[in-house]
Amino acid sequence: MLTMLIGVTLFACNQNSKGATAKGATTEESSQPQGQAAVKDDVSNPNVLQIAIGSASHTTLVAAVQAASLENALVNAGPLTVFAPTNEAFAKLPAGTVEDLLKPENKAALANILKYHVTPGNYSKEFLMKFKKLGQANNGSVEVEIKGGEIYVGGAKIIASIPASNGIIHVVDQVMLPKE
Amino acid sequence: MKTVQKFTLLSLIVLFAAGCNKNANTANDGALGSDAASRVYVKPGSYDEFYAFLSGGFSGQISVYGLPSGRLFRVIPIFSVDPEKGYGFNEETKPMLNTSHGIVPWDDAHHPELSQTNGETDGRWIFINGNNTPRIARVDLTTFETAEIIEIPNSGGNHSSPFTTQNTEYVVAGTRFSVPIPQKDIPIKDYKGNFKGALSFIKVNPETGNMNVEFQVLMPGFDYDLAHSGKGKSDGWTFFTTYNTEEGNSLLEVNASQNDKDFIAAINWKKAEEYIKAGKFREIPANYAHNVYDDKKHSATSTMIKTVRVLIPEECPGLVYFLPTPKSPHGVDVDPTGEYIVGNGKLSTDLTVHAFSKVLKAIEDKNFDGEAYGIPILKMDAIVGGVVKDAGLGPLHTEFDNQGNGYTSMFISSEVVKWKVGTWEILDRVPTYYSIGHLMIPGGDSQKPDGKYMVALNKITKDRFLPTGPELTQSAQLFDITGNKMELLLDFPTIGEPHYAQGIAASKIQSKSLKYYPLAENEHPFAAKAEKDTKVEREGNNVHIYMTTIRSHFAPDNIEGIKVGDKVYFHVTNLEQDWDVPHGFSVMGAQNAELLIMPGQTETLVWEPKQEGVIPFYCTDFCSALHQEMQGYLRVSAKNSNVPIKWSLGE
Repeated sequence: MLTMLIGVTLFACNQNSKGATAKGATTEESSQPQGQAAVKDDVSNPNVLQIAIGSASHTTLVAAVQAASLENALVNAGPLTVFAPTNEAFAKLPAGTVEDLLKPENKAALANILKYHVTPGNYSKEFLMKFKKLGQANNGSVEVEIKGGEIYVGGAKIIASIPASNGIIHVVDQVMLPKE
Repeated sequence: MKTVQKFTLLSLIVLFAAGCNKNANTANDGALGSDAASRVYVKPGSYDEFYAFLSGGFSGQISVYGLPSGRLFRVIPIFSVDPEKGYGFNEETKPMLNTSHGIVPWDDAHHPELSQTNGETDGRWIFINGNNTPRIARVDLTTFETAEIIEIPNSGGNHSSPFTTQNTEYVVAGTRFSVPIPQKDIPIKDYKGNFKGALSFIKVNPETGNMNVEFQVLMPGFDYDLAHSGKGKSDGWTFFTTYNTEEGNSLLEVNASQNDKDFIAAINWKKAEEYIKAGKFREIPANYAHNVYDDKKHSATSTMIKTVRVLIPEECPGLVYFLPTPKSPHGVDVDPTGEYIVGNGKLSTDLTVHAFSKVLKAIEDKNFDGEAYGIPILKMDAIVGGVVKDAGLGPLHTEFDNQGNGYTSMFISSEVVKWKVGTWEILDRVPTYYSIGHLMIPGGDSQKPDGKYMVALNKITKDRFLPTGPELTQSAQLFDITGNKMELLLDFPTIGEPHYAQGIAASKIQSKSLKYYPLAENEHPFAAKAEKDTKVEREGNNVHIYMTTIRSHFAPDNIEGIKVGDKVYFHVTNLEQDWDVPHGFSVMGAQNAELLIMPGQTETLVWEPKQEGVIPFYCTDFCSALHQEMQGYLRVSAKNSNVPIKWSLGE
């Protein structure tokens, strides 16, 4: 089972990496200089972006981060708490929503939604219970609730947590939409 | 649930095999103009256009660079001992590091601030704060030496400091950490209401530069982060940012971020002067050191001061107002006209800009939104002059050019954003490498900025230079800001942490730089102003050696009669009266450092011999063709020996 999973991971990883290269080629002009996301460091613990890129369950999120040019914001010293909706979470949005958001003309709206998923600070699941609300990187704030022993942030349930070198990722089951 | 397991396993695998990083692109200098090299090239023998004074952060020093070349000229020792120059090791400079805690040989130096006349940098002095053991130092820019250090009483982390008023009437010292005033042994949980934040106004003598703590305003127990004084129309006011208005005493990253707004505290220091004059202050006990270096005696003295005058806002109406500002404002920066006060909420993405004329109007109309500890809170809607929307992530600091533009550093999005004062539109943005803190434009926090260059002071270096193990030099980056687009010209390495910096046209300093100390004016009590005056005197176990240096010998260079257990004072006077001819002095087994004696100066090294023998000493600063001949011997005899004191040269 584990071997299989590793196989899947590496496969997903390769896929992902290919996709990214292809994308990189088309956006090369606009993406220079690269910023901190381009630092080559395969030795230190991976940062939030590296973990997300390596996850097969977060290909939609990674595509969105790249479309919004937010890579550099996820590799800085932070610390950052990133709420990372799974592909399934994105799939729950009304049909066509994700495709629309990925269009270049919606870059600002997409960036706003993604920044709504980022809290400056490194807050573990237990630690989050101390908060009633969190201030998000899009300038909004999001409510923290505890229901049946589970933590919900902006209505999204935390289903897994992965520490990163510059913060922590909480995998969530829903896309958090900023209140207008 | 399956997804969860899969994800966790996946992430574990990724932790060990981070090989699938797509970011293999190394072309990160592509935007650099091909002519950048010629624009930073200062040909050999030519001078830079600007001096840049970069704080050393945790090195406790200031380093002096040239711009645009990024060449390092000097490291000025301030709060930290420096064995290279003997600072803090020789007897003359030890008192400079005296505090109410005794000698404190290190500090964390953050904000260099040049003196100003009529709102313009004048090149006389540069001040800098010591954060950890609260102090302010003044460096004399004719000698590039630390001339004075004053300890700040009732303070607990001197961060919002030492920003100047427009004629250097005062430099300020706001405490980052509130503390019990006076200090006492109380439970930490009793913080709220019992801890106070002292905002100190340090008066600067316009002739001598000498500092004294003129008064302190005892504020509520918030954290006071940064400051800038008003200028032009807002002259007479100083603005301090606050965070932790919640008055939390633990886990501030949670507890100090609960309020949507914190305050900028606006202090009317001209009003404070009136209250002081009217005797509305309280004089309370204190204990703080005032250390002054005398250029004639070539020695520092340390005096303990036992009281300080404080003003209580509740007792002094009109002294302080709170300006509500979103989300833990960090930097507070005043534009060159003095009208706009920019508060950068570090957890916000917008820059909130207060208009000083609206602040005055709100005060006049008593347009208040309640009060805190008797201090009126102005209505935010009534004072905001504009908002720079969606400027970036983690805004920290703003400097200005002379074209009406502001430049704000963004820590999280690692960029500098240029915007128009008045219209608040964003004009340009450039990435910095990486994670910028402060930025500096020469004169960029004065009324007369030189809007030619901007220096980004970065916290993170990563891959910018050849690696040097886990610790990397921090990086400064020079940008040309004369065009519509900011252009990166140069990266240069720095010493310690280049926390903040100041820049000034070289012409304001260069011609005033001292070349040597006139020997005739040397009033050091142990100076030997000629070789004939050299001698060795014993007073019990203390032996005073009056020694001179000249190319290429010491006088005397043979000394006998020293005994194990003696305390030997080498008082070395450099007889040279020529530019750039220091001599060094070192003696084997010295447990402090060397001396580095400027022409005309006297310095003293203490040496305590522990064993018998004949001990060499020599000149450490390559002074002349016969530098290697510049040496001498000391004969150390047993404790009970009767070898007489004897000294000679050339016998």
